[in-house]
Amino acid sequence: MASITLDNLTKTYGNTEVLHHIEGSINDGEFVVIVGPSGCGKSTLLRMVAGLETVTSGEISIGDKMVNDLEPADRDIAMVFQNYALYPHMTVEQNMGYGLKIRKLPKAEVRQRVEEAADILEIREYLPRKPRQLSGGQRQRVAMGRAIVRDPQVFLFDEPLSNLDAKLRVQMRLEIRKLQRRLGVTAIYVTHDQVEAMTLGDRLMVLNGGYVEQFGTPIELYERPASLFVAGFIGSPAMNFLPASAAAGIVTLENGVALEMDNTADGKTTLGIRPEHLVLSQDGPLRLVVELLEQLGANTLIHGVLEGTDTQVIASMNGVQSIEAGTVLSFDTPTRDLHLFDGDGKRI
Amino acid sequence: MLKRVHFPSSLLPYLLVAPQIIITLVFFMWPASQAIYQSFLIEDAFGLSTEFVWFENFEYLWNDKHYHAAFIRTGFFSLAVAFLSMSVALILAAYADRVIKGAMTYRTLLIWPYAVAPVLAGALWLFMFNPTIGIFPYLLKYIGYDWNHYLNGNQAMGLIIMAAAWKQVAYNFLFYLAAMQSIPKSIIEAAAIDGAGPMKRFWTLILPLVSPTTFFLLVINAVYAFFDTFGIVHAITQGGPAGSTTILVYKVFNDGFIGLDLGGSAAQSVILMILVIAMTAVQFGYFEKKVEY
Repeated sequence: MASITLDNLTKTYGNTEVLHHIEGSINDGEFVVIVGPSGCGKSTLLRMVAGLETVTSGEISIGDKMVNDLEPADRDIAMVFQNYALYPHMTVEQNMGYGLKIRKLPKAEVRQRVEEAADILEIREYLPRKPRQLSGGQRQRVAMGRAIVRDPQVFLFDEPLSNLDAKLRVQMRLEIRKLQRRLGVTAIYVTHDQVEAMTLGDRLMVLNGGYVEQFGTPIELYERPASLFVAGFIGSPAMNFLPASAAAGIVTLENGVALEMDNTADGKTTLGIRPEHLVLSQDGPLRLVVELLEQLGANTLIHGVLEGTDTQVIASMNGVQSIEAGTVLSFDTPTRDLHLFDGDGKRI
Repeated sequence: MLKRVHFPSSLLPYLLVAPQIIITLVFFMWPASQAIYQSFLIEDAFGLSTEFVWFENFEYLWNDKHYHAAFIRTGFFSLAVAFLSMSVALILAAYADRVIKGAMTYRTLLIWPYAVAPVLAGALWLFMFNPTIGIFPYLLKYIGYDWNHYLNGNQAMGLIIMAAAWKQVAYNFLFYLAAMQSIPKSIIEAAAIDGAGPMKRFWTLILPLVSPTTFFLLVINAVYAFFDTFGIVHAITQGGPAGSTTILVYKVFNDGFIGLDLGGSAAQSVILMILVIAMTAVQFGYFEKKVEY
């Protein structure tokens, strides 16, 4: 078990810098999720920690040891790959024991440890099988088993659930979380799925275009997103963004509605309101022309435009609602649930 | 319920396959049937009369110790060629798979020998190893080794094995490289994280995973060594010295066109024909089943 420190990490391919000055420290036993859209560099970052990509500049430390120049084998890590990367010609038992066999452990001990891991993951009956005789979920477990047998200091997960169907994904997500808690091993988990990120991570590192947008707990990210990007990425349905201009503690929307906010911003801004924070109120300042309803059963999403503008807004209401298209609804939002971003997308 | 599409029958499909069928009949089936027919005949020494003798030519081969020797020699030759060319190709492919810079150039250069005609390949090696003017005998003399494949049958065999294997390396290389590049990169990375070094990965992962290719190439190379090495043998040793490089295909030529024993030569080629049919059947049968690791 160990902490991980990323110090001013940069990665360059040719002349293109794909990761820019990544900073962050991960505590011993912590579960950190790196999340971002595809192409943001999250997998590259993980592979750098694994030692599968070289570090252009900066330092990666695992425990107290700088590991920049160590081979993957010497970093005491285990990785679960998106396509599981099981060895197709070996049985499940051989797959799981491969790393131990290479480290020249006695046969009996290899067997014992493989069986222990198999019991934890409930795959003991599959030990004599070949990977192609297993289903996707079972393969996923074997890949996990291969990682835990080695008893490494760090687990690395590279989108391990993206090849599973939706139901199995939810189930495996929980199991990964429980397993990591139980073993207490530091873990880094890469995903593009924000729900997966929110549910799994002790802390989330949101990457965008090779920059860390924000690094914090899921609730911090939800309640105080540091930028427009994080605000739009975390939460479903996504946050509504209303163009606005701010002056002396007053934020004025495009249709002239003025809201009082406790801030000192000036000039062009964007006001962010989460759909679930729009509360129906008789004389609320935010008036919405309803266009379409999405009935989800537990709640209803109301799609509409802000009156007097063509800004699309979504409001979420509990239960089943029946509202005619064209109806104008008034909403209000508590001031503490308003998010204001400046022209560069930074939170004010 | 299986649905089939029925077209009105017409002459067109027959016309379209006709050229292929005619070529097969004229250039393959007819000569093959002629060879079978001729294997039942014996000619007199002057070629004036022929006698139909049923299986006497085959009986003669069955008891001929020179033919037995040629059979064993061919077996050794083809195994040696297959082993040498495949192992060299495997090593080259393993390195080419790791090359990043200049990979295209490296691969292209490795493929060139395949474009060389067998006789030219033979001539190339003949000159390099010519005891009088060749560069290798000259160099070997410095380490005290006397090379003369005109006199030493083992050296002659070694030379044709090298020449035949060299020509086949490029072909094997292509297949091995393709097989290695189809192994998912993440498997190799997983093994690297598991602590396996490059050599360990090669033996425990890459080699087993390319084993279907190995089997395929084994058959292809054996067939090549059996049947396509005539040009090399003819250019380098003409089957000598003292018949020590006379492999089966060369014996067919030698007995038929030099020894003028047309019936015996035809019988030998019929035996070769049966061999190649058997090898092809093995290969097809195996690949139908699809290889498992």
